[in-house]
Amino acid sequence: MKRSELLFLVALLAVLALVPLLASNLVINFLVTALIVALAALGWNILGGLAGQISFGHAAFFGTGAYVTELLQLRFGMNAWAAAVAGIAAGALMGLAIGAAVFRARLRGSYFALVTLAFAEVLRILTNALDFTGGASGLLLKLQPGAAHFQFDQRSVFAWIGIACVGGVLLLTRHIMHSRFGAQLAAVLENEDAARALGVDIFATKLRAITLSAAITAAAGVFYVQYFLYLDANIGYGTWISIEALLAAIIGGVGTMAGPLIGALALHGLGELTRGFAGSITGIDLVIFGLLLVAAIAFAPAGIVGAWKRYVGGRRNA
Amino acid sequence: MTYPPEIVAEAVVGGLLTGSVYALVALGLTLVYGVLHIINFAHGALLTCAMFAVWALVTFTGISPYTAIIPLAVVFFAVGYVLQRYLIGPASHGDDSNILLVTLGLSIAIENALLATFHADTRTLEGDFGFQVVEIGPMLISRPKLIGFAASLIVAGLLWLLLKRTDTGRAIRAVAKEKLGARLMGIEVGHIFGITFGLGCACLAVAACLLMPSFYVNPRVGNAFVLVAFTIVVLGGMGSIPGALLGGLFIGVVESLGGLLLGDSLGQLGIFIIFILVLLFRPTGLFGARA
Amino acid sequence: MTSNLTLPAVSRRTLLGASAAAATLGFPAILRAEPAPVKLGIIQPITGALAQDGDLGRFGATTAIDEINAAGGIKSLGGAKIEMIFADAKSNPEAATQEVERLQSEGVSAIVGGFASPICLAASQAASRYNLAYVVDVGVTDAIITRGLTNTFRFAPGLGIVTKTALANLVALNNAAGKPAKTVVLVHEDGLFGSGLAKLMQTELPKAGFEILETIPHPTPARDMSNVALRIRSLNPDLVIPSSYYGEFVLLARTMQQQHIRPKGIYSVLNGAASNFRFVKEFPEAANGVMDCNHWADPRKPATAALRKKAEAAGKAWAYNIPLNYSCVKLVADALERAGSADREKVVAALAASNFSGHIMPYGETKFVNGQNMGAQPVNLQVQGGDIKVIFPDAFADAHAMFPWKG
Repeated sequence: MKRSELLFLVALLAVLALVPLLASNLVINFLVTALIVALAALGWNILGGLAGQISFGHAAFFGTGAYVTELLQLRFGMNAWAAAVAGIAAGALMGLAIGAAVFRARLRGSYFALVTLAFAEVLRILTNALDFTGGASGLLLKLQPGAAHFQFDQRSVFAWIGIACVGGVLLLTRHIMHSRFGAQLAAVLENEDAARALGVDIFATKLRAITLSAAITAAAGVFYVQYFLYLDANIGYGTWISIEALLAAIIGGVGTMAGPLIGALALHGLGELTRGFAGSITGIDLVIFGLLLVAAIAFAPAGIVGAWKRYVGGRRNA
Repeated sequence: MTYPPEIVAEAVVGGLLTGSVYALVALGLTLVYGVLHIINFAHGALLTCAMFAVWALVTFTGISPYTAIIPLAVVFFAVGYVLQRYLIGPASHGDDSNILLVTLGLSIAIENALLATFHADTRTLEGDFGFQVVEIGPMLISRPKLIGFAASLIVAGLLWLLLKRTDTGRAIRAVAKEKLGARLMGIEVGHIFGITFGLGCACLAVAACLLMPSFYVNPRVGNAFVLVAFTIVVLGGMGSIPGALLGGLFIGVVESLGGLLLGDSLGQLGIFIIFILVLLFRPTGLFGARA
Repeated sequence: MTSNLTLPAVSRRTLLGASAAAATLGFPAILRAEPAPVKLGIIQPITGALAQDGDLGRFGATTAIDEINAAGGIKSLGGAKIEMIFADAKSNPEAATQEVERLQSEGVSAIVGGFASPICLAASQAASRYNLAYVVDVGVTDAIITRGLTNTFRFAPGLGIVTKTALANLVALNNAAGKPAKTVVLVHEDGLFGSGLAKLMQTELPKAGFEILETIPHPTPARDMSNVALRIRSLNPDLVIPSSYYGEFVLLARTMQQQHIRPKGIYSVLNGAASNFRFVKEFPEAANGVMDCNHWADPRKPATAALRKKAEAAGKAWAYNIPLNYSCVKLVADALERAGSADREKVVAALAASNFSGHIMPYGETKFVNGQNMGAQPVNLQVQGGDIKVIFPDAFADAHAMFPWKG
């Protein structure tokens, strides 16, 4: 990875870190919401971008992280930070379990995508029906601001923690991309059969990818719960987060390091922009949003990062 | 909770009837997947669009929804062709994940355009189609559902004939099997893609006409059918017409019996668990091509 | 003596002109400057899954604001008009939170709305950071008012009160008819309000002497309700108690009519269709006789009929969301009047001390205890002859209950 790209990333994170100091709560809330999606998308990207296994059911990991952390605090009085770690671990376990079943059966492509969706749906239906998970009424964390409870009076603290997490995952992604594991992932992405012929353990590689991917997305779920406090089956395991995660990663540039972060910011920014069009005709703002999404992909098929690289590459060659 | 056999029998019949409409919705999806290899996220929004079209046509011209089948199928075929040929195809530059995004963006735009035009109210067709019943033995079968069942079988049959016996059908199958080879043989792939997508949308138009008498329409109504349509497509084998039909009927019965046994909420689990099991043990589906 | 009674036109004008001039000379600031408007945030889900209800809620709120402004605005603030700042909650709590931040940044003095419980929970919480008054319109989950947030006020009844009242009214209804109903089948949507209701019903109904044959949950949206109808037919209960949203109840009622399933009564609770005029108009036969224990406007107040006329003229289905949001806005306007200020803290204090009775809900005098309006109650309705009538309590009733139903 080029030095200039690393510099750009550090600069971006620094700018983001300055936002809570300078901007209003409105912007900070926007930032936190975008960071939660960015974290989920970064997780998705490990599996979908680096390994090429497109998942439609990352909600299965987001929700697991969210539910486990909230249940441990509500039902067992566990400390919020310990519960957060447990939530991430649970998410990783869920990834391992689903991965083991699905990759053993050699599911790929659209079949893989749809089976992940099915798993997420099963979890959604179950958590909605079971009393232990709060059933349809959901779970509500007690509002008690304080570092010990992983809740903060100031929204800016959430933002900084989010930026730190995202920064950490970005560095992790970069490290992976340059590591042996990253090479294995790339091999799986390019041509699975050739990779197998070369001796890459496809099953183990994919399993590691999905476990890591699940852990990161589960962290996003934990973060969501600590910020918004209320959780139900549709919030945790609903399709909205699966779609937002993959949308952000693809719009940003699937398989790139910073793509998911940039995509999440762009997507949410676009949402805020189009909201301004909401006039007397209900829904017009969302029509514009949908059309702009189509246009974005039409003009930047490799995502924002891809378009940037093409632009920079073009200028360099000129 | 045990039920007397007549109730179970009626649940099975009900499941078959409902499943036949699911099959029709899945037919369009399986065709599009089998040929274009894309998962069409806009399928639900297009179904909603078709249902609004039925509602508008019936409400403003007074024709029966069954008379509307042919004109609407033609209109939606054209809409589908244009969408694929001049919007989805070019915008996605042939990349799979981009097609996902394009169809996703389209679905958001379509759903909210319908919201802007028709508002959020839930509407139904006037007239008493929805209430007519046919007595078969001890069972009271809904007439529109019976018609839907028959029509689904006919449409599936026609589609199958089209694919097997006509030149266009042969071209479609060629493109599905081997895109590059087909292009080298002179088949215009973009045109075939358009025709396939158009056929998929035409199926949705027919499904809408058959569904409206016993259902309702609002800007979100299509979403409820998409997930189950995907399940059926995978179950039946992507690209298989008989697979979509039999898969639809099967899922309809599973949903019905699952609902009887576990309640309609938990009964939905049955559908997804079957889905997962089929994928884990027989991923190409019941009738799909061997991997 | 006529000269005393009728002033010549010229003098009258001069007199008026003179007094006006005198007033201008004496009180220039008040007469010339138009007082700054009070900003009121209205948040409703007008896109997404809840758009149908959100649209009705918005209509109720905007109508109230227009009426208040036409009548001279907030008098204690010098006739300041209410300026609505509208926010689309997009049917999800994250969007609602962002919108509350936006409303806050635009300087609203209070927020009204939300509709769905998850939205109300998130929005009221976000507003509490600024001690910004949040008036919940519907949001039935009791968690909304047990969090100890001093800025949150719920005008309508929550699940606890609704279930208790529904049950008590059912018992009274049954007793008055000679106890014809004993067996019950509960049908409920498997989301927050349906499951919450069913759970409470399951513990309380047997205590009141009813036998629950079965509880049937269903998803929203449901593609098909014929199985539910099938099971009802096979169980043959005296009473069916359905708590569902609009679409699912339409499917169920239609199927029950098709299959000639006629229990002695359909006693719904918080049903999305049973007390909605669109349903009654489009399915007269299936709707006839259906009872509902739900939010409803007070039929005795003339303002109710006036609002209904306006709604129908605008093409909106008459359902509880409209009068409820209308009343919530009037509640806030009254608080502003008494506070004499648009300051947030003062508005919260004024709401907490409110005893507003100028609303059109059957609640009597307002009294908030820990954020819940203690006067709030649902009423019993029944579709009779193509109209929705109040059958219970007697104080608000405009028709007698027809139970058991011999339709």
